[in-house]
Amino acid sequence: MKKIQFSEWGISSPRYWGLLAFLAAVAGVGGLAALYMEHHGHWVTGMSNQVVWGTPHVFAVFLIVAASGALNVASIGSVFGKKLYKPLAPLSGLLAVALLLGGLMVLVLDLGRPDRLVIAMTHYNFKSIFAWNILLYTGFMAIVLVYLFTMMERKMNLFSKPVGTFAFVWRLILTTGTGSIFGFLVAREGYNSALLAPMFIVMSFVFGTAIYILVLMYAFRADSRPLGDVVLFRLKSLLGIFIAGMLYFTLVFHLTNLYITENHEFEAFVLRDGGIYTAAFWLGHMLVGGLIPLFIVYHPVLGQSRQWIAGACALAIVGGLATMYLVIIGGQAFPMSLFPGKTVIESGFYDGVNGSAAAYAPSIPEFLLGLGGVAVALLLTVVGIRMLRFLPASLADEVADPHGGKTAAAH
Amino acid sequence: MKNTEPTDAGRRDFLGKAAATMVAPGVVLHAVAEAEPRREPVSGKVRWGMLIDTTKCADGCRACVDACDRENGLTLQSKPEDEDARKWDQQRAIWIRQVKVRDNLTGRVTGLPVMCQHCEFPPCVDVCPTGASFRRADGIVMVDRHICIGCRYCMMACPYKARSFIHEAVEEKLTLAPRGKGCVESCNFCVHRLDNGKTTTACQDACAKDGHGAIVFGDLRDPGSPVAKALAQHQSTQIRPELKLNTGVRYHGL
Repeated sequence: MKKIQFSEWGISSPRYWGLLAFLAAVAGVGGLAALYMEHHGHWVTGMSNQVVWGTPHVFAVFLIVAASGALNVASIGSVFGKKLYKPLAPLSGLLAVALLLGGLMVLVLDLGRPDRLVIAMTHYNFKSIFAWNILLYTGFMAIVLVYLFTMMERKMNLFSKPVGTFAFVWRLILTTGTGSIFGFLVAREGYNSALLAPMFIVMSFVFGTAIYILVLMYAFRADSRPLGDVVLFRLKSLLGIFIAGMLYFTLVFHLTNLYITENHEFEAFVLRDGGIYTAAFWLGHMLVGGLIPLFIVYHPVLGQSRQWIAGACALAIVGGLATMYLVIIGGQAFPMSLFPGKTVIESGFYDGVNGSAAAYAPSIPEFLLGLGGVAVALLLTVVGIRMLRFLPASLADEVADPHGGKTAAAH
Repeated sequence: MKNTEPTDAGRRDFLGKAAATMVAPGVVLHAVAEAEPRREPVSGKVRWGMLIDTTKCADGCRACVDACDRENGLTLQSKPEDEDARKWDQQRAIWIRQVKVRDNLTGRVTGLPVMCQHCEFPPCVDVCPTGASFRRADGIVMVDRHICIGCRYCMMACPYKARSFIHEAVEEKLTLAPRGKGCVESCNFCVHRLDNGKTTTACQDACAKDGHGAIVFGDLRDPGSPVAKALAQHQSTQIRPELKLNTGVRYHGL
């Protein structure tokens, strides 16, 4: 087999610096938005005592979930020994770290007291899944950095399989932890399900793969590197399988709820009466993030077109954000059932009077902070591929898949 | 049903020590307010609790809510100048609120005050990453404002929606209820009173003063206390009993 060569991203300097400046500007605006919210307090946001986690959490959780999913491509190469994926692995590790850092930044800057971050690192309540997540996130970054080192330093290649396997197991635990942040909330009907953990894992596959494909396509195109159909089509088929998996979990989650009488009101809220949340489910999660990209990637004509594949990835990302909005905001907006069998007719604290959902309207600073996190993730990725050899020089079919016929026949 | 007593001893012991270190600075602060501040660490020999008789809770009465607001400095909160009044109403801190519910089948209407239920197994304490949300040995669930990072996970977890986040900069506050932008807080059974030798809460006093007497407060572990006697005598229930949190606040007539 021909040795895969890696090289730094070679786009022209003005273009590189222009891109950096743009991403830094978006990140900077996000930082200013955080400063504004921190200076005034959260009253300037759409958040309240009824909806306590807002748009920053939507972005943060999306990025963190996508981070663990982005590592998937590397795992398939190292853990499952698929040679085709091996040259794709370094970028996969880099994206995982970058997305995680972007997400964590948003999460931290949305704290009521971000200045007390050091307390979160020195005071641990080990019964808290949140505390566990702090360890899981920092551990993930450390492990992926070591993993990258074993992949990129030839002398260490020997260790890339065991380290990669460890990283793979860690990332499964990490996303289980992220899903459990919601799954462990017995108080709220929208959460309180162990199913959220595996559901988050399969969603991480979707978001991470979609982001990976888009970044790969853009990086290769900008640099005029050949990206053959074998690799691209394999990745898009993978995305398709993950989306199908996600839809399966959605189906099981809602069918289970529909069977259980105590969850009927929540189901009616999501599926029929929830306004923006119902739209987030049907339009965002099901159509834009699920059925349409699924249709595109498996369509005999559209599925062969690079524009359509990129479009499918973009839709999966937009749908993913809608899903996060539904899970995070919708789960809080739906009134907690404090008095089963009774209707709250008056309340001094918005206890879902006559079944009404809690109000929440995202504010501009919240949105900008979220976008800032995305920009930080992309900034780190761009600097990474420019400075170090993360990208294979070519992923043309004859390089990526020298035994052509065998693997190509799968398509 | 789970027997909680054997595990409780160790838990109490731990919390007793934890509370001793954490509550100590507060005690010094409060020393000026009352003659006899508590000098011993709180112990599990006491469990503070409350019985609310909803049949005595008068329609339209806000005595407990207003008293709590005054006692804990909640009236000092001010709407930021540029903030929309309706939105601010959803953002200001509230420790106790009046709720009116109608039975879906019978149409019977019940009014009741709802606040932190001071669970024996509080979900807010379980989820708090730093341990800022804690339960004292004497059953009071509260927030250590020194280590609260404002993540609001406790608010997500609380089955009673009892907690408030401070959304705005605080200009004025009482020493007995220090309040800061970006932290979470909730009813603490007027802990500053209990730690200074008193045995009643502001809401209870206000309710009694208005002649309703719907709130009985005291030590659940002391069979001679008014609350223990009332609980022994009357039917009572918890809000969301299926969660098995063994709340310190009980309701009659709900």
